[in-house]
Amino acid sequence: MTNSLISNALIDIASATKRFQLVGMLGWQDVRQRYRRSSLGAFWLTVSMGVMIASIGLVFGQIFNTPMQEYLPFLAIGIVLWGFMSSIVSEGCVAFTSAEAIIKQLNIPLFVHVLRCFWRNTIVLGHNIVIVPIVFLIVGKSLTLSMLLVVPGFLLLAINMLWISLVLGVLSTRFRDITQIIINATQVIFYLTPIMWAPSLLPARHAAYLLSFNPVYHLLEISRGPLLGNVPSSQSWIFAAVMAVIGWAVAVIVFNRYMRRIPYWL
Amino acid sequence: MASIDFTNVTAEFPIYNANGRSLKKRLMQVATGGTLSADDRGHVVVRALEGLSFSLKDGERVGLLGHNGAGKSTLLRLLSGVFVPTSGVAEIHGEVGSLIDISLGIDHEATGRENIYYRAALLGIKKSEIEKRFEEIVEFSELGDFIDMPIRTYSSGMHLRLAFSVSTIISPEILLMDEWLAVGDENFKHKAQERMTDILNSTKILVVATHSRELVLNTCNRAIWLEHGKIRMDGDPESVSAAYFGF
Repeated sequence: MTNSLISNALIDIASATKRFQLVGMLGWQDVRQRYRRSSLGAFWLTVSMGVMIASIGLVFGQIFNTPMQEYLPFLAIGIVLWGFMSSIVSEGCVAFTSAEAIIKQLNIPLFVHVLRCFWRNTIVLGHNIVIVPIVFLIVGKSLTLSMLLVVPGFLLLAINMLWISLVLGVLSTRFRDITQIIINATQVIFYLTPIMWAPSLLPARHAAYLLSFNPVYHLLEISRGPLLGNVPSSQSWIFAAVMAVIGWAVAVIVFNRYMRRIPYWL
Repeated sequence: MASIDFTNVTAEFPIYNANGRSLKKRLMQVATGGTLSADDRGHVVVRALEGLSFSLKDGERVGLLGHNGAGKSTLLRLLSGVFVPTSGVAEIHGEVGSLIDISLGIDHEATGRENIYYRAALLGIKKSEIEKRFEEIVEFSELGDFIDMPIRTYSSGMHLRLAFSVSTIISPEILLMDEWLAVGDENFKHKAQERMTDILNSTKILVVATHSRELVLNTCNRAIWLEHGKIRMDGDPESVSAAYFGF
């Protein structure tokens, strides 16, 4: 019984990971396609994100009255990572619907389309992350050994983003309104999460709600913290790890239950 | 050994954005696109295939006949495994390859070379394999130096030649087609015909949806006539096409 509850989903996920060449190719193709015939290519994203960080930095650095040396790295890393997370979530919603032609024609593991969305955004993140060392250079931030913690932190973030986009992909193929709801929600979450504002600015009694119970904060913190030279609190690590385990369990069950309906819903 | 066993296969598509209430009054109407009905929650359901049972063995060359909306494409999609029956059992043993929509996945801004890799990856052909056969594909397509030009600069004939050249390097046990592939000018057509015959000879089961009487009579050794999602007739090509085409 437990076997049939998850076996099809696991087979699909396993065979999708075996098709990594296809995933890699489709992901790159997506990025290339967007910026074909432009000389800067995908670095246009980097430019526009850099300009955004600079302007938010100048205005809000003044408003919050935080020294640029602290604020700018915090903001830059936050926005770059947030860009990665929010586009995986919103593009994850249409992972299956945008691949309708392929899904209806070729028997390719469905999880390939989720991985494609993830990989595409990882490539974009690879372009945007360039901003961070530039900001470090400008403000003269030194590198520390604890920055290496970003590796497990980012992996844990990635594992979480994958199950989130899988679940959203399945649900919003059936209920098309979910995509719109998610796009709205990401805008709200951007303000509720310490990306533009530092957690320390928050009065202690509000901190509980906006930080402790905010999954996005924890996911962000385990990658951002190390890059800023801090060691993220164990609370954040545990939250992200538990979220990954429970999330994947739910995702596999949901996927197993509805994966065969996905082509019919398209 | 390849085999296909369909037992009581039904495929129903839920249509969530149509108004079920208005349809309930006219429950189970037969339309050209399959049977329309509403399920118990008031959703409109299109029953594209209903209660299909048949089995195919090695050596069978099946022509699928039927008017538009009879369920031919849906049946091909069930055979390729992209759809799993809503009810009933579809057992398919053997590697399935499809020559339906050979232009799928072609990126017009990318070069012919890049597209060969895209298309091959979609078909599940390994990169090392495609690198080995790359020259062969380019030569077959007769594109020459155009292979490094973006597809948007191609004529439609060149486009099809490229798609054909990549798509036909497969040799599946079960081959699915929607009409016979005929591309290019006279010279290329001849080559393409040869290539198709080669594939056909190495494939164990062929299922081709068609409106062509000649194809059914010349290539197939069995014909299935679908009507409103059900099998109207299943037998040898001569008698089925005589009944279907009326002569």
